[in-house]
Amino acid sequence: MRRVAAPRNIIDKIWDAHAVAELDGQTLLHVDRVFLHERTGPAVFAGLAEAGRRPLAPQLVFGTMDHIVDTTPGRGDATLMKGGRAFIEQFRAGARAHGIRLFDIGDARQGIVHVVSPEQGIALPGCTLVCCDSHTCTVGGLGALAWGIGSSEGEHALATQTLARRKPRTMRVCFEGALGAGVTAKDMILALIARHGAAGGAGHAIEFAGAAVRALPVEGRLTLCNMAVEFGAWTGLVAPDEVTFEWLHGRPFAPQGALWDAAVAHWRTLASDAGAAFDAEIVFDVSHLAPQVSWGTNPGQTVAIDGRTPAAPDADAARALAYMDLAPGQPIAGTPIDAAFIGSCTNARLGDLRAAASLVAGQRVAPGVTALVVPGSTEVKRQAEAEGLHRVFIDAGFEWRESGCSLCFYCGGDSFDRPGRAARRVVSTTNRNFEGRQGPGVRTHLASPATVAASAIAGCIADPRGLWGPRAGAR
Amino acid sequence: MEAFVRVNGIAAALMQANIDTDLLIPSREITSTSREGYGDKLLAPWRYLATPEGAPRVENPDFVLNREPWRRAVILIAGPNFGCGSSREAAVWAVRQFGLRCVIAPSFGAIFRGNCLRNGVLPVVLPPAEVQALADEAARGTCVLTVDLELCRITRPDGSAIGFEFDAGERRTLLEGRDAIDATLEQRAAIEAFQRADRERRPWIWNSL
Repeated sequence: MRRVAAPRNIIDKIWDAHAVAELDGQTLLHVDRVFLHERTGPAVFAGLAEAGRRPLAPQLVFGTMDHIVDTTPGRGDATLMKGGRAFIEQFRAGARAHGIRLFDIGDARQGIVHVVSPEQGIALPGCTLVCCDSHTCTVGGLGALAWGIGSSEGEHALATQTLARRKPRTMRVCFEGALGAGVTAKDMILALIARHGAAGGAGHAIEFAGAAVRALPVEGRLTLCNMAVEFGAWTGLVAPDEVTFEWLHGRPFAPQGALWDAAVAHWRTLASDAGAAFDAEIVFDVSHLAPQVSWGTNPGQTVAIDGRTPAAPDADAARALAYMDLAPGQPIAGTPIDAAFIGSCTNARLGDLRAAASLVAGQRVAPGVTALVVPGSTEVKRQAEAEGLHRVFIDAGFEWRESGCSLCFYCGGDSFDRPGRAARRVVSTTNRNFEGRQGPGVRTHLASPATVAASAIAGCIADPRGLWGPRAGAR
Repeated sequence: MEAFVRVNGIAAALMQANIDTDLLIPSREITSTSREGYGDKLLAPWRYLATPEGAPRVENPDFVLNREPWRRAVILIAGPNFGCGSSREAAVWAVRQFGLRCVIAPSFGAIFRGNCLRNGVLPVVLPPAEVQALADEAARGTCVLTVDLELCRITRPDGSAIGFEFDAGERRTLLEGRDAIDATLEQRAAIEAFQRADRERRPWIWNSL
């Protein structure tokens, strides 16, 4: 009698393909790729040295400078952040000592780790990838199983090329319907977190599926998965498809020739089998979704751009409203802003910059608003400049920066303040609106690149849909 | 790694939901590559009054961890999704170096929880109602608890106890204070066998870098 294998979901499949051993109820998982950066890399290298250990497979390990390196033109090892140079120098020395490839300051491949790893073809469908950064889940957008870890687990991954984990519960989130003009992947994920809470995905690995996900370009899928961690999930991913393969083909570290063909044949088997079970399932219709903006101090505290802050806030919401200096029941649109930030691993890819540029072309940033564009990678910057996007932003009054994490978080030094003007309220394409995240007392509103661009021009939180033209193609 | 068997001491409560690692240790407080020196920086935005950068810190006298007896707390009772956000292990270094050995909450950020295990800090999950009851007791300042990982039990001074569940493998590792990397390296033969087979099975993972 022929035995029929039970249907498996994509998470099961990738998990099973990486199981080295079962120990004490945990699976020892092979880690195919490790990425390091200068913020936590020095602690990882120091820990290894203290224990007299070395990386097991340095050819599978990459590093980039992104977290605290300056993004101002003409940057070097000196940083606006106090003590930053030591992080940069120790990280470079460690990478060199261990033979780890480093995309250093000045390297054409430098950039934010989660932008660089897909762009360079280092993250691949069906691979496992870890990095000492919580937004490592971003590269789930390619169909990789990728998750953020601490420094000690970073040491573990380097020394053993494995990590032990109990298998997570699985969840499928089906985004059905089609997005309207001016509504993006960022709005999808913000709306999901708003509906189910910042811990709505806790304990789960999530497959994002459904017609609205299939319709997203790879960049939008990366944005979607980027914020899986803001949903409390262990990670999130999207099954790879022809869109993924076309996007990856020919990238520097992607397989070539016969290896490419073999890889694609395998990647086509990764999609969840018909009838595969998940521990939880959410269906979300995006047909009437409006652009989203956060009003509070966690990403779940988000409303539609034509919505209002909670009229009857509970204790946590009241506390958040007080920090944000907003009243209960106040419309979110029209709230005056001091700064606008387009950047980060969430929304600083070429498509994001194109979308924002199409809205600011021929316009001026409102007086008194500090506006920044920080490309997600040096390669994104190069491509944007080749298209003339930098001119559009500069002419409108935006600062055009070198690539890095920049003011997604405040590490001392660089800030949104300008002489005689302290910036308190920022509308930002980033992923975290936590208290103080972008500076002491700074109030962050999360939104899509389109909404941030429209707001920079208006000088207040503004709906991009009225401005959305045919040139604004990218989602 | 630091073992955890049991702790006994004062419990403090911080019941706001979603206390993130940016609050536990703001990025601007991580100014050196060392793993030490974070105890005074735990929850800095709440623990200290706002002063110009570079000015000496002034404690916020109203903040629970600045008040007796809670400034001597070894156990923290917290709201849901505690430690969400950034993966920075300095958040747990700050918790540990302040003197806290155990956090009891309805749920934890996944990366923070993993970082706790590597640093001898016990993350205990209890149902929200039980966490709230402990928080109410902690707020009275008389909450001295014993958290025992061997017995998986939290005991009050009056002898009443609450059981909790803990992953068997993680429990053993914490009780023994066993180095997780050493434990994995005992599987070195299995890792090498996996890699040999994987080079055949998925050559693109190995041969395109």
